[in-house]
Amino acid sequence: MTDTAPSQPQAPVAEFESYRAPRNQWWDVWDQFKTHKGALFGLGFFIFILLFVFVGPLIWTMDAQYIDIRARNAGPSLAHPLGTDQLGRDTLARMMAGGQTSIAVGLTAMLLALVLGTLIGVLAGYFRKIDGLLMRTTDLFLALPLLPLLLVIIMLYRDNLRAAFGPEGGIFVLIVVVIGATSWMQTARVVRGDVLAIKEREFVLAAKSIGTPSHRMITRHLLPNVMSPIMVSATLGIANAIITESALSFLGLGFPSDFPTWGRLLFDATDWLTQNPERVIWPGLAISLTVLSVNYIGDGLRDALDPRIRGR
Amino acid sequence: MSDTKGARKKLVEVKNLKMHFPIRTGLLRRVTGAVKAVDDVSFDIFEGETLGLVGESGCGKSTCGRAVLRLYEPTAGSIILDGEEIAHAPFDTLRRLRPKMQMVFQDPQASLNPRMTVASIIGEPLSEHSKMSSKDRLARIYELMDAVGLNRDFANRYPHEFSGGQRQRIGIARALALNPKFIVCDEPIAALDVSIQAQVVNLLEDLQDRLGLTYLFISHDLSMVRHIADRVVVMYLGKVAEIGPRDGLYDDPLHPYTRALLSAVPEPDPASHDTANRTILQGDVPSPANPPKGCNFSTRCPVAMPICHQVDPTMREVKPGRVVACHLYTETTNETAVHAAEPAGA
Repeated sequence: MTDTAPSQPQAPVAEFESYRAPRNQWWDVWDQFKTHKGALFGLGFFIFILLFVFVGPLIWTMDAQYIDIRARNAGPSLAHPLGTDQLGRDTLARMMAGGQTSIAVGLTAMLLALVLGTLIGVLAGYFRKIDGLLMRTTDLFLALPLLPLLLVIIMLYRDNLRAAFGPEGGIFVLIVVVIGATSWMQTARVVRGDVLAIKEREFVLAAKSIGTPSHRMITRHLLPNVMSPIMVSATLGIANAIITESALSFLGLGFPSDFPTWGRLLFDATDWLTQNPERVIWPGLAISLTVLSVNYIGDGLRDALDPRIRGR
Repeated sequence: MSDTKGARKKLVEVKNLKMHFPIRTGLLRRVTGAVKAVDDVSFDIFEGETLGLVGESGCGKSTCGRAVLRLYEPTAGSIILDGEEIAHAPFDTLRRLRPKMQMVFQDPQASLNPRMTVASIIGEPLSEHSKMSSKDRLARIYELMDAVGLNRDFANRYPHEFSGGQRQRIGIARALALNPKFIVCDEPIAALDVSIQAQVVNLLEDLQDRLGLTYLFISHDLSMVRHIADRVVVMYLGKVAEIGPRDGLYDDPLHPYTRALLSAVPEPDPASHDTANRTILQGDVPSPANPPKGCNFSTRCPVAMPICHQVDPTMREVKPGRVVACHLYTETTNETAVHAAEPAGA
C-alpha cells in the first residue's frame, strides 16, 4: 500500500477502467456555457460578425475604396444594400472592411492590456518586494490623462511607425500599443487585490508544504482563482478598445481618412446626419452589438469557469 | 510508555525554536516590537508516536506546527528532521525533504483549491515530486482514495461538492500521497462535527498503524488528544509549560497551567460534573507581543511565588519523561511548596 504504482502488476489498471477517467474540465466548462442563453446568443452573434467582416468580402466583392460619384448619397438598393456615402462608396463593403480593423484592434489591444495587467497584478500581489514599485507605476498610469496623451504619442510616433510598417500597419501597431498600454491598470489593481487575498488561503500554504515553486504556484493556484475578474476585464477591455479606436478615428487621429473603420464611418456620417441618418445607424449598431455580445460571452465564460456555479 | 522512549529513534528534534512576527509602526514602518508566537520551544518526536500539542487559542500551537514544517521562516532555533537540519535550509534542500513531511490542515474547506478536481488535488504532490506517467498517477490517486475511504467516482468532483469530513479525507489523501514519515495535523478535527471527528481520528490512527506514520497532533480538544496521543506537550503563550507521557500527564499534571487546563475538560457524568473541583483561571491571556516578566503564566497562576514574577523558569525533567517549566519544581523549592504557596496567590 505504501509503495507507488510501478511495483504493482497490471491488476489495478483493469480495475479502474470501470471508473470514469478524469475528464478534461474544459468539457464541463462547455457544458455549463451552453446553459447560459445570453452567452450562447452572444457567441452566435459574435461569430456572425466575424463571418460578416472576414468572409463577407469574399461574397460581396465590391471594393470599399471604389468611388462611384454618380451614385453618391444613395439609399438602400439592390446595387448598394446599405446605400452609399457622399463619394458613392458602398457602405456594406466599407462596413466589412471597417469591421476587420475595428475587431482586430479591439482583440489585440484587449489581449495586450490583459497580459500586462495580469502580469503586473500577479507579480505585485505575490512578491511583496516589488509590490510598492509596481502599484505606484500603476497609479502613475492611472493619473495620466488618456486622450491628450494619445494625441501626443500619435503625433510623435506616427511617421516613424508608418515608415516601418507601412501606413495602415504602422497606425494599427500604434493604436493597439497605445490603447493596450493605457488600459491595463484596472485589471492590474483587481488582480493584485485578489492575489493578495488568495495567497493567504490555506490551499496555497498546502501547496507550499508540498514544495511547489513560485511559478507553478502562480499558474496552478493563483491564476485559475483570479480568472473571474480577468474575464470581466477582458470583455470590458474589448469594448473599451473598440470604442477608444472609434473615438480616435472620430477625432481624425486614427487611421488615414480613406481607410474605413467603424469609428471612421461614424465620424464621416455625422456630417450627413440629417440627409442620411441610416449611415450613422449601421456602424453604431455594429459597435454596440459587438460589445454587447462580447460582454455576454464574458459573463457566460466567467460562470462556466467557476466550478461552484457549474452544475447549478 | 516513557520507559521505551530511550530506545526509540528521534524523528524530529526541535531545539529552542523561536518564531517572532515583527510589529511595524509609524510612517517608516520601523520594527518596534515582535509578536512572540513561539518563543524558545524545544521538544522531540519519536518515530511512530503521536505527539499531542495542546493549549488554548492563540498560544502558538499552529504557528509552532507550521514553523516545524518550515512554512514560516523561523526566527531562531533548529529543527532536525530525520537527521537533517531544516530550520535554515535553502529552498532546494527543503524541496527534496518535503515528501518526508506533510500537513493536514484545520479548515478542510480552505485547504483545498476550489478550482481543482479531487484527482488533481491528490495528484499535485505526485506531479510535483515524481515523474509518474499519468496512468500510474491515476492508479496511485485511486489507491489513496481507497486508503482514506473515498469513493473512486469522486475523482472528478470539486471540493465544494463534499461534506466537511469528506474534504478532510481529501486533505489526508493529499498528505499521504508521497509516503511521508511525519505528518503535522493542525487541528484536523476542529472544523468537523462530533460524529465525523471520530471517523477522521480513527482514520488517522488506522493509517498510522498501517503506514507507520509519526504525527504531531495539534488540538485544543483535550479528550481527543488523550485518545490519540502517546505523549503530550502543553503550550502557554508561546512557551512549553509541560511535556509528558499521556497517562502520567492526564493523571497527575505537574504544571499549574496543565492542571487548570485539564480541570476545564467537560465531565460527561452530571454528578461528578457538579462536584468537580475546578481551577478557574482569572484574567486574560497576556499579549504575546508583551509577555509578562518572569514566567509567562505568573499573571494568572493560582500558586505564583515571588520568584515567578522575576525569573523565567527553565525546562527540567522532574520525573522520568516528565519535563516541566515551573519554579515549583526547581531544587530550591520542594513538593510542599505547592501547597505552601497556594494561599499566597497572585
